Amino acid sequence: MVSTQVELSGIRLDNPVIPSSGTFGYGYEFAELYDINCLGTLSFKGTTVEPRFGNPTPRIADAPAGMLNAVGLQNPGVERVIAEELPRLRSVFHKPIMANVGGFSVEDYARTCALLDKEEQIGWLEVNISCPNVHGGGMSFGTSPEMAAEVTRAVKSVTTKPVYMKLSPNVTDIAAIARACEGAGADGISLINTLLAMRLNLNTRRPVLANQTGGLSGPAIFPVAVRMVYQVYEAVGIPIIGMGGVSSAEDVIELMLAGATAVQVGAANLVNPFACRDIIAALPRVMEQYGIQDLNEIIGGAHHG
Amino acid sequence: MKQGLYTLCQRRALARGVWELRLSGDTASITAPGQFVNIQLDGCFLRRPISVCHWDKDSLTLVFKVVGKGTAALAELREGQTLDLLCGLGNGFDLSRCGQRPLLVGGGLGVAPLYGLAKALLAEGKKPAAVLGFNSKDDIFYEEEFRALGVDTVITTVDGSAGVKGFVTDALPEQYDVFCACGPLPMMKAVCAAAPTPGFVSLEERMGCGFGACMGCSCETKAGSKRICRDGPVFAKEELLW
Repeated sequence: MVSTQVELSGIRLDNPVIPSSGTFGYGYEFAELYDINCLGTLSFKGTTVEPRFGNPTPRIADAPAGMLNAVGLQNPGVERVIAEELPRLRSVFHKPIMANVGGFSVEDYARTCALLDKEEQIGWLEVNISCPNVHGGGMSFGTSPEMAAEVTRAVKSVTTKPVYMKLSPNVTDIAAIARACEGAGADGISLINTLLAMRLNLNTRRPVLANQTGGLSGPAIFPVAVRMVYQVYEAVGIPIIGMGGVSSAEDVIELMLAGATAVQVGAANLVNPFACRDIIAALPRVMEQYGIQDLNEIIGGAHHG
Repeated sequence: MKQGLYTLCQRRALARGVWELRLSGDTASITAPGQFVNIQLDGCFLRRPISVCHWDKDSLTLVFKVVGKGTAALAELREGQTLDLLCGLGNGFDLSRCGQRPLLVGGGLGVAPLYGLAKALLAEGKKPAAVLGFNSKDDIFYEEEFRALGVDTVITTVDGSAGVKGFVTDALPEQYDVFCACGPLPMMKAVCAAAPTPGFVSLEERMGCGFGACMGCSCETKAGSKRICRDGPVFAKEELLW
């Protein structure tokens, strides 16, 4: 019997597979299809202080081996998330949940995190300083080490739960930003968010997305994720949640070898709603195929020897 | 919603760039006309949402126009090939709210789901009529199929090459209880403005997942933001902000 258990900041996960924020809603749509308690945990839809409709449509575009989205952090706001979404989610998912938080100011992040931190079922806070689809916030915090550190400090000062900072790949030195977060007290790093991208419509000769730009996700970005997880693993000592185009158990193992303790699955859920369940089911067989008894033994394995 | 494999058992060209595919497989997840399927296609990352034209116990029929890479790939499929579908997506039309004499107003490809709606309404003993608008006579499809059901059907063409010259709004009848419209957004807005009755429209948007997870196809309504794929695609006229 192989062991798929991993641990994120003292909380045990049955397996390292986590649907990533924005691709899994609050879990209910998937709970209609399969028992989502097979997941390691789930990271719910990015939550902000105020309700947000998000960007105008079209918000979605296809791409070779991936997709662009410019949803723009649509969510009902932290108060309704706590009052309505979390109780519903609790009815279908019984493990500690990862709360994903977006913001437009340092105070926004701190306020939303402080409120979610009080919720019993929330195990971790994942702070998104990397959304490429909102203006005057999001990614602007994740592209400077100083700003990233400031958000980290502000959130850590008002919360008790482990804080994972979710980083943008749209930077020249990902390691510097990860180090700044670690220095400011982050408990872990999540990466990568989507890559800033654009598609044009040849008929209209205009961008496909109403927001003009969007975030590229899907298998196309997987090698970028491997590279950045690898670089961040060298730079910090805190755990890493790796993501970006993961769509198979092999991808999970590859990202763990690069340095991830757990792995999120994003765009794959939209194409195959059973993607996470299928990856979890395949994991023991693929581990055996590569002679892995315990997933913990391979975390960062690519860096040794 | 159910995921499954379907076999293409029949394909035919209906009009200029317009194809009809009949797929065999489990249709138990289709509960109302106006629902759609999301199709996985080689060479496309995202699935392609296509409305169900009509269905029976073990087959469903799709009608689509080649407008891009996904629909071009669909048109290349051959009989006997299998397709991975998410089936029975969206809310569809609520027959109980369509009155006794509903008017079906279709524009272009929007005609397709209205055919299944007409069949379902007739099965409930209702008396639907139809106004089907196209750009030109080469674009017309399903005129005979609607008439064969016994539905009083008026055709309009923008260029006047067949039927009434003009838009569907130039041919709306005097008497009907409720309208059900599917077609280009300007057409549906014009129908909502012209029709004195309650009505329903089926909206379209570029979708990510098609089952309510990604918030890719949201629209704002009087009752807050709704997901076209999950809360729609069919919305009551009075819910809409236009």
